[in-house]
Amino acid sequence: MDYKDYYKTLGVDPKAAQDEIKRAYRKLARKYHPDVSKETDAEQKFKDVGEAYEVLKDPEKRVAYDQLGSNWNAQQGSRPPPGWDAGFEFQGAPRGGAGQHDFSDFFESLFGQARGPGGGNRGFHMQGEDHHAKILVDLEDSYHGASRSISLQMPEVTPDGHVVRRNRTLKVSIPKGIRQGQQIRLGGQGARGQGSGKAGDLYLEIEFNPHRYYRVEGADVYLELPVAPWEAALGASVKVPTPSGAIGLKIPPNSKAGKKLRLKGRGIPAKTPGDLYVVLQVVLPPADDEKSRELYKRMQEEIPFDPRASMEVA
Amino acid sequence: MSVDRNGDKLLVGQVLEESDLVTLADLCRSCTVETQTVTTLVAEGILDPMGGDVEHWRFTVGSLRRVKTVIHLQRDLGVNLAGAALALDLLDRIAELERP
Repeated sequence: MDYKDYYKTLGVDPKAAQDEIKRAYRKLARKYHPDVSKETDAEQKFKDVGEAYEVLKDPEKRVAYDQLGSNWNAQQGSRPPPGWDAGFEFQGAPRGGAGQHDFSDFFESLFGQARGPGGGNRGFHMQGEDHHAKILVDLEDSYHGASRSISLQMPEVTPDGHVVRRNRTLKVSIPKGIRQGQQIRLGGQGARGQGSGKAGDLYLEIEFNPHRYYRVEGADVYLELPVAPWEAALGASVKVPTPSGAIGLKIPPNSKAGKKLRLKGRGIPAKTPGDLYVVLQVVLPPADDEKSRELYKRMQEEIPFDPRASMEVA
Repeated sequence: MSVDRNGDKLLVGQVLEESDLVTLADLCRSCTVETQTVTTLVAEGILDPMGGDVEHWRFTVGSLRRVKTVIHLQRDLGVNLAGAALALDLLDRIAELERP
């Protein structure tokens, strides 16, 4: 397995003082905490940072780690050189709530024995914790229903007291009509129970991927539709995309920019189906050539129009 | 649970509204917290249960996530309760602002 450079992870010099290490950790922990971070791989980075700090904050572990560093041989795999930890006694258990620490194989191979055998809870029965995750789906998935594969990393305690990170892929049915913010509860897919306790549940919160041109609000969908000035002014029949397929739409004559055309029932097909609102966005043809400029000039001369009339500018 | 066209296991879950309600016992079990912790969160204004007294408290499904976030912030970042409450409010605001 690979050597982990904990100093590099925390961005500190190998000779850094303890308080510098603590400062570095605190800043990075805040930055990557999965509940508040927007960074990619926040969860993994948070774990890496936590593991690095777990070793470097403890003078005993830090010394042991430093000693090992120069002798680390990747081929050696899970066995540190003999006698390297002779004379060191690791005190205490790692901090943390349910003891569900989530360390890498590298860490476990060096410090795993600190936890001691029987670290698992014998004779203790408890239903597993529920897990919460967000699942990103496309708007179209909600219109038609879909199935989505998601990968989850769940920490688990094995019977002999080690914590392993189990990688799971689940295929989940995305029901038609699902809305942002709704949750799908998958029974028994959360953390394993202790003893004879049953597994907890997995809650998946639905979030839509941002769409190139649809905007979602509850069960309603908004589409900004570019139209030519003459289409808005004179009316037109245009083809319009919707998440359930293209449709023909009649634009009434004398439509103003920003006009909302409501297509009832064409929003998300929830229990109460939402509506699709087409919002007219008048786009000007470019005045790139002589002919276009002539036409614009004619409009200017022949149509009396002051768009700023209500602004009372001199 | 059902099986899709490829023969893979397809999980079918129960759809819950943000506003669906759970009991105090459900909340405690789901988030692995004690009743005492929940009453503290309510006192701090982090949770807003319906129902008059503890026995009749009902929490929205949305609260489950809030509780987990508070627990994590306290455990992982050493945030105290008032700080966690503030963080939650700010996170809500960010989510609101970032909505496309």
